[in-house]
Amino acid sequence: MTMQYPRESLASEPQALTPDYKSTILRSPKRPLIGLDPTISELSGPVYGQESVLPTDSDLTRQHSGEPLGERIIVSGRVMDEDGRPLPNTLLEIWQANAAGRYVHVRDQHPAPLDPNFSGAGRCLTDDAGRYTFTTVKPGAYPWKNHHNAWRPAHIHFSLFGPSFLTRVITQMYFPGDPLFPFDPIFNSVSDEKARQRMISTFDFDTTESEWALGYRFDIVLRGRAATPFEDSE
Amino acid sequence: MSDHGLMPSQTIGPFFAYALTPTAYDYAALAGNDLRTDDAVGQPIVVTGRVFDGGGDLVPDAMIEIWQADGEGRYPGVSEALANTRFKGFGRSETLEGIYRFSTVKPGRITGPEGSDQAPHINVGLFARGVNRRLFTRIYFEDESTNQTDAVLALVPDERRATLIARRDGTENGLPRYVLDIRLQGEDETVFFEA
Ligand SMILES: [Fe+2]
Repeated sequence: MTMQYPRESLASEPQALTPDYKSTILRSPKRPLIGLDPTISELSGPVYGQESVLPTDSDLTRQHSGEPLGERIIVSGRVMDEDGRPLPNTLLEIWQANAAGRYVHVRDQHPAPLDPNFSGAGRCLTDDAGRYTFTTVKPGAYPWKNHHNAWRPAHIHFSLFGPSFLTRVITQMYFPGDPLFPFDPIFNSVSDEKARQRMISTFDFDTTESEWALGYRFDIVLRGRAATPFEDSE
Repeated sequence: MSDHGLMPSQTIGPFFAYALTPTAYDYAALAGNDLRTDDAVGQPIVVTGRVFDGGGDLVPDAMIEIWQADGEGRYPGVSEALANTRFKGFGRSETLEGIYRFSTVKPGRITGPEGSDQAPHINVGLFARGVNRRLFTRIYFEDESTNQTDAVLALVPDERRATLIARRDGTENGLPRYVLDIRLQGEDETVFFEA
């Protein structure tokens, strides 16, 4: 199917410069982006098949000899385009802090414990209906040096490919009711209120498993909608 | 109209390496910075450069992704002829010490609008702490005559075009080396696109 990528849909994307998030001050281009009509270079994109992703990659609680500490959760959802059509065989990669709010990254200096049974990275492909599921533990909030007493709300980083170079996105998934939202310049780099709400997962009783894990649902819409027949025939 | 609003972008943050560029960790990388395979068609080359912020400091914690055609201008996943090759056309590089580096093949001319050719180029996405949304640019090559007629380069004011064109600079491990620095902000700021 021929897809089109209306730029109006990008209105809810964050600006490059959001000065409350200090790192953007020297890392945001000052010149306007130059618009180009998508060519085959942007309308195509890398394809990852079953061979690259192991079934065990989607369970972050089973990557070591023992189980990680923390609240076990199941994060699932659907990946779709702007028409709501499912996007099958789409690669998702996630990474997160452990339950204490510490990353395995060598430069994470937060004095919270590492968990020998938790690395915090996972990946999977969506199924035919665009669905994905990860099992992990709920990440802790963690401090950062952006300003005095700065704390990131609990979040899981999500990276998605989708069908083309233009559908590629990296975002963060948050948890409902986090008291840190009003104080976080990264969450608030998205100025559109409705768009911010889309980054917050919902507690989901249907995917909560008795005596096992809480379920959170996180649906993700990537760029792209079907071209109308008229535009198709141009 | 639908109410299927896009998932907004958020910064990749500083701690992605374990998951996305795990060269220093015990985790299998899905994609690295060497795109060459036995069956990749094209001249093997190295493409490298420094990444600078608006204060002139090197950026040591970015991730650069590239997406490119092979030496005959064919994209994997599009060209039937590449259906069963191992060449993926996709790579990722960290910028430890502020430098990105890829070993790959030089892309060929690519089909453009209305039967025209696009000059050989590599599509680039840059993610980093302090970058709220992927920055999208292209790498062209100075020794390609089709740069003169490329429709995308033509959109760029003359005086800024050099920020997109890698220069040939000797060899590295026996491969021709092309060099292009990326400047996120300031004088000679790299041209970034929206499509
Ligand atoms: Fe984080």
